[in-house]
Amino acid sequence: MQEVTIGIAGAAGDGLDKSGDTLARSCGRFGLHVYAYNSYQSIIRGGHIWLKVRVSDRKVTCHGDKLNVLVALNQDSIERHAREVDEGGFILFNSDRIKCEELLVKKGVTLLPISMKEVTEEVAKKFGPVKPIMQNTVAMGAVMHLMGLGTEQTEEVLTDTFSAKGQEVIDMNIALLEAGYEYAKKLVSKPIFVAGKWETDKKRRPFITGNEAIAMAAYAAGCKFYAAYPMTPASTILHWMATNAKKTGILVKQCEDEISVANMAIGAGIGGVRSMCATAGGGFALMTEAVGMAGIMEVPVVFVEVQRGGPSTGLPTKTEQADLFQVLGASQGEFPRLIVAPKDIADSYASTVEAFNLADKYQLPVLMMSDLLLSEHPETVDAEQLSCDVKVERPEFIKEWDAEKNGKFKRYKFTESGISPRALPGTPGACHVTASDDHDERGILISDMFTSPPVRRKIMEKRMTKVENMLKELQPPQLEGPANADVTLLCWGSTWGVVREAAELLNEKGIKTNYLCIKYIAPFHTKEVTEILSKSKKKISVEVNFTSVMAQFVKMQTGVSMDGHITKYDGEPLEPLMIVEEVEAQLASKTKDLSVSEAEAMEMAYHYLRTHALEKLRPSTLKIHSKNGSGEPVWEIELAERITGKGAGTIKIGSNTGSIIEFKQETPVKA
Amino acid sequence: MATATELPVELFKGPVDPDWCPGCGDFGVLKSIQEAAAKNGIRPENLMVVSGIGCSSNLPGFITSYGVHSLHGRSVPVATGVHLANTDMKVVIVGGDGDGYGIGVGHLIHAMRRNLDVTYVVMDNQIYGLTTGQTSPTSTLGHKTKSTPQGNIENPINPLALAMISGATFVARGFSGEQKLLADTIAAAMNHKGFALVDTFSPCVTYNKINTYPWFKERVYKLEDTDFDPTESLYKSLEKSYEWDEKLPLGVLYKHEMPTYEDGEMSLKAGALVKQPLAINKETYKSLVEELI
Repeated sequence: MQEVTIGIAGAAGDGLDKSGDTLARSCGRFGLHVYAYNSYQSIIRGGHIWLKVRVSDRKVTCHGDKLNVLVALNQDSIERHAREVDEGGFILFNSDRIKCEELLVKKGVTLLPISMKEVTEEVAKKFGPVKPIMQNTVAMGAVMHLMGLGTEQTEEVLTDTFSAKGQEVIDMNIALLEAGYEYAKKLVSKPIFVAGKWETDKKRRPFITGNEAIAMAAYAAGCKFYAAYPMTPASTILHWMATNAKKTGILVKQCEDEISVANMAIGAGIGGVRSMCATAGGGFALMTEAVGMAGIMEVPVVFVEVQRGGPSTGLPTKTEQADLFQVLGASQGEFPRLIVAPKDIADSYASTVEAFNLADKYQLPVLMMSDLLLSEHPETVDAEQLSCDVKVERPEFIKEWDAEKNGKFKRYKFTESGISPRALPGTPGACHVTASDDHDERGILISDMFTSPPVRRKIMEKRMTKVENMLKELQPPQLEGPANADVTLLCWGSTWGVVREAAELLNEKGIKTNYLCIKYIAPFHTKEVTEILSKSKKKISVEVNFTSVMAQFVKMQTGVSMDGHITKYDGEPLEPLMIVEEVEAQLASKTKDLSVSEAEAMEMAYHYLRTHALEKLRPSTLKIHSKNGSGEPVWEIELAERITGKGAGTIKIGSNTGSIIEFKQETPVKA
Repeated sequence: MATATELPVELFKGPVDPDWCPGCGDFGVLKSIQEAAAKNGIRPENLMVVSGIGCSSNLPGFITSYGVHSLHGRSVPVATGVHLANTDMKVVIVGGDGDGYGIGVGHLIHAMRRNLDVTYVVMDNQIYGLTTGQTSPTSTLGHKTKSTPQGNIENPINPLALAMISGATFVARGFSGEQKLLADTIAAAMNHKGFALVDTFSPCVTYNKINTYPWFKERVYKLEDTDFDPTESLYKSLEKSYEWDEKLPLGVLYKHEMPTYEDGEMSLKAGALVKQPLAINKETYKSLVEELI
């Protein structure tokens, strides 16, 4: 296996997302596997953006722990990320306006300053001035050399990207790419990988996000109605739907609020079309009353709930998996529904198709749970995993009903399977009311003055029977990894991708580890999960939340408690080594160190300087002091002037409390 | 939609009798909707009556047609969904003033600005009846109710003016005590292309002892007996909608032809969504995958 991780850092508006996309798609066309993660602080122009693109000749399921190449598009990016580059790595930057001090980098890291003026001189002569954003293409050329890839695929991608802008623009970009490639080739005789060393199956792989996969699957499954209210991180489903509506013929409706979204989607379901809506936790809170309505009315409809950092507005652009009980508890009363949490992008696609089929077959709402990491990170998948040749199963509807011959139509007829015949509005002879009040077989109310305990019992039993039958056709969760392991990791959703890699690393270290990913939450495979967990030795849950909600839920269902929990709730996803270290610590019964780490202290110093409008200063070195009368060990961070590099003051940060204990400027700089 | 060949009103007789209090204004509204549908020649299977929650929202259960009895305040979005899924059906939304002008007013305003092609009959009794008599968005100032024992201190909504400025293109008022006129008004509303609101005085004989049949009878008059023209100008219609204390106009207050939401929605160009094939165009799909490579 051969892999490399490229980090691209800069300000929003620097065009680095486009560069990342070009890089990833070039690799995807080459037949390599890519996983990208965009940790963005800000979506507003000027905010810091940090994109990691992991490229491998084997499928990778997370962004990993490594950083081999840093492409820094501004000075801030050097200071923030230079020290993360691993030994043997490279740091690329425009030396006309960015500097990188040696003390910022690890031993064995090569600086690759590119004088953009110099490198692009010839191109500028031929094509005219090179805009700053075009310099990214030069950097991409250099990266291609460092990775041991040619420029052929990237040239193709650029040709496609700029096809609407004309041959001149295409030629200019290709010239810039080649200039960067040749420059790096001249300077770096030993790149990370030598050209031709990649093992690739030459399959061209699409590069897609989880949200796009859900939207495309909905289209493939015959979805005709999509409603939404803008909310991060679900909005990109709306964007895909709206952008492609002309081609897909799907009716895309942006509504006045999520209450309207959910009710409209249910209305469309009643009308007889495949219908879907999506939102994040806050929007889903508004939808919950409608979820129960779909349950009692037995309306097929697909809800997508994309989790982000909560509670309340929480961390709108950060990831978390803390909405499990909100989704489980959505709506009052008891009703059949399917709750499913796909584990990766290909699974998001397959689960969405399945969601539509099961919603139609069992006539119930399906709630799909995703999370920001899964929904917004792009990765390459095999084209077959996005195939439109999927099973689209819809039960037959009653076409016409002869009430004189067959008696009055019973929309909620009591059947052994709990599934009743469905006649869509417009069907002659089968008029009925779809009601949120409880009702009898014909849909006639049994609430208020018509209350009938025996009929209520029967209709409840009819609806709930569907749950048992549905469970039988869902694939039970299975252990992945070696049998009889010493450690079993429990996970769900996007955390599967990182747990999978952590388990590999643990096994390599001799700690026999397997893992269990829960996909179907309701109905739940109680028997199978109980069997697996009661045989497992050390059981540790791994989740991106504070209270290990899946572990709580599994205990509720099976009675089995975890022996330990690994959690993360800072908005960023887990990384494999974090899990490995935690598992080792838990096996050794060490307690978790919750103090502010060196990297966190540095980030806090940056944040403090930024929010206090002191862009002229930056942190330089950092050391930790003992208590010194502060009541806690203190990180002392030396500050330097950005331009001169001269010492400019200090910030002291408490390592336990994380508070800014002191901020001292030697010669005050004007904000 | 079938062309207007009048149908027997008996076709619309419901499977159960209404459970409204004897004398409730809603009986007249039910009869009027049945008559309007019969008059317009809409077959029961092509009629979709959507309600929220409240005494009046029980109406779909008392008429033979397709129906949805949805959540409190959510009849409008549910009806929008049903309608957009199957634009071949005639959709009539029904409910009370609390349902439409209180909890559901946000949806109402947006449906009106979209000029969605549906008819909304609000049975306005100026009180919450199902919950046994609390103040409503149309309760008049000073009205003493269970929740306002000292008298209501909030100004009532003017639903007609609200509809006109929100973009509804057919705005009318009915009174269940003038049932014949109400049936005609609803029939006209159903024939109108665009959003039609029929605010209907439907007295609550149990909980509203102020706005009673006699109270209305003393005040109502028919616009058709005057030279008022609802198509003349929005301003004149708005002025008319503010007639309250002494004189209450009945009939069509505003009517205006405008493109509907359906006219602008490109997915409907190929006909009702529910009648479009489930299978997708595989070549289109493949081109979308190719865009990702």
